[in-house]
Amino acid sequence: MTAVPRTLDVARIRADFPILNRTVRDGKPLVYLDSGATSQRPLAVLDAEREFLTHTNAAVHRGAHQLAEEATDAYEGARADIARFVGVEANEIVFTKNATESLNLVTYSFSDDRFPYHVGPGDEIVITELEHHANLVPWQELARRTGATLKWYGITDDGRIDLDSLELSPATKVVAFTHQSNVTGAVADVPEMVRRAKAVGALVVLDACQSVPHMPVNFRELGIDFAAFSGHKMLGPSGVGVLYGRYALLEETPPFITGGSMIETVTMEATTYAAPPQRFEAGVPMTSQVVGLGAAVRYLEAIGMDAVAAHEHTLVGAALEGLGAIDGVHIVGPTENVDRGGAVSFVVDGIHPHDVGQILDDEGVAIRVGHHCAWPLMRRLGVPATARASFAVYNTLDEVEALVAAVRKAQKFFGVADR
Amino acid sequence: MRMEQMYQEVILDHYKHPHHRGLREPFGAEVHHVNPTCGDEVTLRVHIDDNGDVADVSYDGQGCSISQAATSILTDQVIGQPVQQALKVVDSYSEMISSRGTVEGDEDMIGDGIALAGVSKYPARVKCALLGWMAFKDAVVRITSAEETKRTMGNRSAGNGERHD
Repeated sequence: MTAVPRTLDVARIRADFPILNRTVRDGKPLVYLDSGATSQRPLAVLDAEREFLTHTNAAVHRGAHQLAEEATDAYEGARADIARFVGVEANEIVFTKNATESLNLVTYSFSDDRFPYHVGPGDEIVITELEHHANLVPWQELARRTGATLKWYGITDDGRIDLDSLELSPATKVVAFTHQSNVTGAVADVPEMVRRAKAVGALVVLDACQSVPHMPVNFRELGIDFAAFSGHKMLGPSGVGVLYGRYALLEETPPFITGGSMIETVTMEATTYAAPPQRFEAGVPMTSQVVGLGAAVRYLEAIGMDAVAAHEHTLVGAALEGLGAIDGVHIVGPTENVDRGGAVSFVVDGIHPHDVGQILDDEGVAIRVGHHCAWPLMRRLGVPATARASFAVYNTLDEVEALVAAVRKAQKFFGVADR
Repeated sequence: MRMEQMYQEVILDHYKHPHHRGLREPFGAEVHHVNPTCGDEVTLRVHIDDNGDVADVSYDGQGCSISQAATSILTDQVIGQPVQQALKVVDSYSEMISSRGTVEGDEDMIGDGIALAGVSKYPARVKCALLGWMAFKDAVVRITSAEETKRTMGNRSAGNGERHD
């Protein structure tokens, strides 16, 4: 084994993403800086789905014909690849519709009396002010259903979890937080969060939607109990999300959506359930999407997640520097490129983020504007919305320059340019 | 060029110097509308006088230049109009904004609202342009349905029908 980090050939990677060659708004080359919302897909992913559908398509885990066997092998093979990618066993990976469903599955377990860790009045659920609505609203709903109390860590002014803002207690039963903020880009101190949770006997749930696509992540080493991430943010198809659960814990987790495929025996009176992960995959699952996601992780593995992370780190550094150098532009999030991922939010004095986004769009630069499904965070930061550029493995330094130039253009257009 | 068309001078003027901004008394209904996809919000009050005319529209809120300018323009177009005429103005404006650029808009009806025609080509911004206008329509409906209820129930009490949402 050599310790030399692989470097990455962006031009070659971009050739795998035909969509990046298109133009928008009358001939402007597309500068796609919205991968935090959804990433683009390489040909390898599209080919894998097409190959599956043109050769082996069948309903998995049912039927004894050859296609059914091959389809099941493709589906379970993808599960094994995805498990390896995040450092866990295949039977600890559950496929869902999306990461939101994964988080709902977990939160519903906590209100199910068959789950040894279910919560009730007097118990505390802890989240953070940094959360995406997907890792916030389901916990609010859990508190409403059970009478447990929802508490949260506050954040620092530069958008990191403020570890001093809350003390966990023996009443804390679960701590759920985002690995990397989809707004501020802050990467959480997972080992410290886990240490604190374990010290009071709480389970840990990680929203890994913005981390798994962009850096090496090993759930086993992190010591977390559950994690959720989505296919479409990591070069894979939409319509497939992933839930990781420690196997011993999954065994104790009751089913969420019930029906076919997830049973062991059924009589008119009662049903017993299949072992994980099948217990959580009721009905015929999304199959070509899972196969496509398997291809996506193999694509990322071939590049190397260390190389992906290093590349995106360079892009983020350039964006922080370029945007930070413009008078009237303020980064919403850490300005230091340390423990920081590829979501770069900013506001421009005198121009509403929507209007910033409109001018950027006219320049071919696709970013996200709005509250990013993190409304409480916006309120805490004192902004109604932000503009957000987010990067992926296929972005270039030239695109960062295009972003910076377009922001200057917006300032000029709205007459707020520094004189 | 496209952007100059979308952000016409008149829109930027309304944005920087909004008309009738601020919340005022009296009012028959107050509504709070948000655009859940972006967080833009407006609190808007409507006062209809005894003649059935829109006597005042007052508002507060925050949002992009399009939503703020559109609300300012709304107040210019409907204040002083009989309610039914004001609703016709709203319909005329809505038709243009929702047309994806196929309806030019009637300047006699919607005044400066004509400057927002360019917005209709950008579906993501249509909600911005409609935020204040839909809030107005909602407030009018609340006032008129409250009055309707009062009439049918023969209740002639002098409450101002204030509603909060």
